[in-house]
Amino acid sequence: MRRFLLHRVLLLLPTLFGAVTLVFILIHVVPGDPVEAMLGETASSADKAALARELGLDQPLLTQYVQFLAGMAKGDLGRSLYNQGSVSGLIAARIPATLELTLAAMAVALLIAFPLGVLAATQRGAAADRFALVFSLFGLAIPNFWLGPLLMIVFSIQLGWLPVSGRGGPAHLLLPALTLGTAMAAILTRMIRSGLIETIHEDYIRTARAKGLDERRVWLKHALRNSLISVVTIVGLQFGALLAGSIVTESIFSWPGLGRLTLQAIQTRDYPLVQGCVLAIAFSYLAVNLATDIVYRLIDPRISYED
Amino acid sequence: MKTSPALALGAILLTALIFAAALAPAIAPYTPTEQSLDNDLAGSSRAHLLGTDKLGRDVLSRTVYGARISLAVGFTTVALSLVIGFWVGALAGYFGGGVDQTLMRLVDILMAFPGILLAIAFTAVLGPGLDHVVLALGLIGWTGYARLVRGEILSLREKEFVHAAAALGGSPLRVVLRHLLPNVLPALLVQATFGVAAAIIAEGSLSFLGLGAEPPTPSWGAMLNEGRQFILVAPHLTAYPGLAITLTVLALNLAGDGLRDRLEKRGK
Repeated sequence: MRRFLLHRVLLLLPTLFGAVTLVFILIHVVPGDPVEAMLGETASSADKAALARELGLDQPLLTQYVQFLAGMAKGDLGRSLYNQGSVSGLIAARIPATLELTLAAMAVALLIAFPLGVLAATQRGAAADRFALVFSLFGLAIPNFWLGPLLMIVFSIQLGWLPVSGRGGPAHLLLPALTLGTAMAAILTRMIRSGLIETIHEDYIRTARAKGLDERRVWLKHALRNSLISVVTIVGLQFGALLAGSIVTESIFSWPGLGRLTLQAIQTRDYPLVQGCVLAIAFSYLAVNLATDIVYRLIDPRISYED
Repeated sequence: MKTSPALALGAILLTALIFAAALAPAIAPYTPTEQSLDNDLAGSSRAHLLGTDKLGRDVLSRTVYGARISLAVGFTTVALSLVIGFWVGALAGYFGGGVDQTLMRLVDILMAFPGILLAIAFTAVLGPGLDHVVLALGLIGWTGYARLVRGEILSLREKEFVHAAAALGGSPLRVVLRHLLPNVLPALLVQATFGVAAAIIAEGSLSFLGLGAEPPTPSWGAMLNEGRQFILVAPHLTAYPGLAITLTVLALNLAGDGLRDRLEKRGK
């Protein structure tokens, strides 16, 4: 296991390095003058030069890159231009809110997908199955930037049951989590249904039935357990989609997380902050992928990475 | 072979959409930018079936014209991604070794960024505009196609007909285009169908965040963004463009599902 972990982490390093370089190139090499963008075209050249010096933009590109890498290695992502704080500090302050939202979205997705997927598989062709099909088709087709406002119109404005926006107790969390989690619920419902239908014809299931186990236990204990492996993978892979989707969802519900910080940074052209936010999201995604690989290995002893 | 209901429904919806986009000037009662400021944020009426927006523009007309934007962005983006993805995948798969290693590392790096995050960063640097959206989404979205083509070519490379083509003096370019491309095309087509849906949602997201289409372009995402401010007084501004985008994505996903089933059946 230790060798596997070491191997996986080492494999991650070139990707991390590449991601950092790509973001650096994106921010620094793509045409457009950040200084002018920040100060406006009418700013005096003395002001522009001062800001360029402050940002280190007057240095040769290679020097900037080396300084950027050296800073990254120390966890220093530079200083925000507007919020007067360190980029890493600003990001760290927003992580709990985004984590809360994405975990809640994941929970919502699992709470919808498990019962629905199991029902659909056990009652193939029946009403429940057809409902699951329609749900998964629409769940994937409805963009979160429409679902969010729709939920808000119905549950906050018309019915007045839930707060319109902001972060607070569980009531504040429900609509954003539903908005963010529905697409994942749709994917998982499909996966659980098809996974169960596939495993139910396996020999060991026939054995379980032949032993006289009741149908409920066969499905829940034997078939479902086996389908869990693919569910873990999808949950891990979909976490990236949740992180990216949280930018939109946080914007709809004024949720004070990393996604909203990213957007604010873009709107104020706070390039060091944009850079930091994009990297923070990408790193979290890679970390979750690594965790998925590890969990995957823990729950399925058949999988080996030693080859 | 029997056409599946999913494929049929998807194809019908998609055809209707393409017709709506092509015939927008004939279908839409007004031009998408025609303002009537004394009739703003009005609900449904005989003159404006789906009401009007904050500048008194006809929501029905804007929604119909929006189909042009979405489909154009979706198809151009995927075309760009397909070309890049095909060539990267073909080079990696055909030559293998160091070329393969380098190109696939690049794919890994791009895939380290979830969903539209990189597109958001791209458009943040380039500035808003649909051309920037297409460029950003196209330059980012090719990785899936590259992996697909590489995988297919790796498995085809050792087949006899490929060896024969090469032995007969076919240049690598000719082997790839004449013999390998036709074999990966069906799988590419399936993935591209889902790709168009994803690109349409991505454009919608970017425009919704104010990073995509600029006013007064009637992009569905931009319309939803404008509708946000009036969600209390004019929920119809949110309802119709969202419905349009959902039906479009649904149509493409159904078509993609149907094509994939067909491909899998043929493979058996």
